[in-house]
Amino acid sequence: MSVLLIAEHNNKEVKPFTLNAITAASQIDQDLHVLLIGSKADDVAKSLSEVPLVKKVLHIDHEIYENYIAENYTAAILKHADKYSHIICSANTFGKNLMPRVAALLDISQVSDIIKVISPDTFLRPIYAGNAFATVKSNDEKKCVTIRPTSFEAAETTGGSAEIEKIDAADQSENTKFINREEIKSDRPELGTARIVISGGRGLQSGENFKLITDVADKLNAAIGASRAAVDAGYITNEHQVGQTGKVVVPDLYIAVGISGAIQHLAGMKESKVIVAINKDGEAPIFSVADYGLEADLFEALPQFLEELNKLNTIQK
Amino acid sequence: MKILVAVKRVIDYNVQIRVKEDGSGVVTDNVKMSTNPPDDNAIEEAVKIKESGKATEIIAVTVGEEKAQETVRKALAVGADRGIHVKIDGTVEPLAVSKILKKIVEKENPDLVFMGKQAIDDDCNQTGQMLAAHLNWPQATFASKIEVNDKSLQVTREVDEGLETIEVNTPAIVTCDLRLNEPRYASLPNIMKAKKKPIEQINASDLGVDTNPRIEHIKIEEPPKRKAGIKVASVEELVQKLKNEAKVI
Repeated sequence: MSVLLIAEHNNKEVKPFTLNAITAASQIDQDLHVLLIGSKADDVAKSLSEVPLVKKVLHIDHEIYENYIAENYTAAILKHADKYSHIICSANTFGKNLMPRVAALLDISQVSDIIKVISPDTFLRPIYAGNAFATVKSNDEKKCVTIRPTSFEAAETTGGSAEIEKIDAADQSENTKFINREEIKSDRPELGTARIVISGGRGLQSGENFKLITDVADKLNAAIGASRAAVDAGYITNEHQVGQTGKVVVPDLYIAVGISGAIQHLAGMKESKVIVAINKDGEAPIFSVADYGLEADLFEALPQFLEELNKLNTIQK
Repeated sequence: MKILVAVKRVIDYNVQIRVKEDGSGVVTDNVKMSTNPPDDNAIEEAVKIKESGKATEIIAVTVGEEKAQETVRKALAVGADRGIHVKIDGTVEPLAVSKILKKIVEKENPDLVFMGKQAIDDDCNQTGQMLAAHLNWPQATFASKIEVNDKSLQVTREVDEGLETIEVNTPAIVTCDLRLNEPRYASLPNIMKAKKKPIEQINASDLGVDTNPRIEHIKIEEPPKRKAGIKVASVEELVQKLKNEAKVI
């Protein structure tokens, strides 16, 4: 039986985490079909068909899918679910919102946020904010699985030529209405996929002081993250939060500045390849996961850091 | 308007988790337990709505072993009017919890059901959405702001891109994010008063739902440990190490 992956997109482009989920889905079964539910999203259908791991694109095109509403997506998915052994999507706010609704209506106990495919029915997933790893086997006949995107490489996006099949829309829910989305536009790399992330915590003391972080981020072409404390304090907006209930990031370099390193924050960044911690409290738990720790006042260290970076002839982008 | 709030008892968020050596789970004996943090936000929001005069009754419900009642008692101390404890031992998956909650909703007929967006033990993030599905109610997940209107709610949701606002007709399910509000502490007099508030006990087995786990936990293990790092003495040294040793800049 084939597997069905639900694509996340904005009707113009595929969202990057869908490509990571495609890789994971193809490890479950190579006969991978992608379901694209959208409005005037032909460009997205085309680009999905060019992903070599994708064998078929099912495209539902209807104006009711202009905005992503879990209730409407669920109805569309359920129309086509019976032909598939697995229904899969990324474990970001898109998939977390959507998949349980689908799973419940199929009477399936969902496997959330997997980091490894062991076999088509057995997966590895973190629990307790990543402080334990559980190997779990799903005994449901059909499976609903969400993928932690940062644990899988993004799929290649060129060279494929999958068939695109147009299929019918489902009924629209009358009880949920999209109002608006405040999307913060930025030229910086996306937090979830950036090669370098620099994050600030409560130690920054104010939103204005985050400029010290943005200056370094500009220099390194890094994404900007934050601890929950910094977001709660209003220094920076919620989409920057890294941690158990925020985003999980796995960059090549993670720089934690003025972040003490609560368990909940570590859950979102401790798989990073290289971790740097800058904190004036030498006992801060963040140092226990840091490859390079600098015990210093961030208000002195960050300007110096920028100055030293400026001295380098080349910086990897 | 009646609000049902679901709460879960979990290992306290400050406890360093220890994995059992036999791979069967994590150590819970003599470990501090608390209400799942975003469930506290769910209770707080319900109490605020009641204080604003828009709700008349708050019912706190939990599903779990005998001691899970503590979380209901705490909800009563911060403002819930009465409690329900659905007793069940052992692992209960979100799918089973959502089926149990559906039975409670059918019995109580609330206009709104609130709960935390995710439990910090299994990190599943499923129960609210599943309950919404079983009831065919709209769902507003990851809520950081709730505006209560006559027959609808306007909910601001924390999503990857920023903030999204949707409108859902009631009855509806809302799962709460940590920034929805600042949960209050229970005052001593209110803790005393809460002891007199009623908690109805129901055996899950009497509800006629299938609660058998569908997922086998084959092994619980410690995650791979990071090798210990070093402290650098200066910013210059840090930059040199990143450039020449780690080769990441």
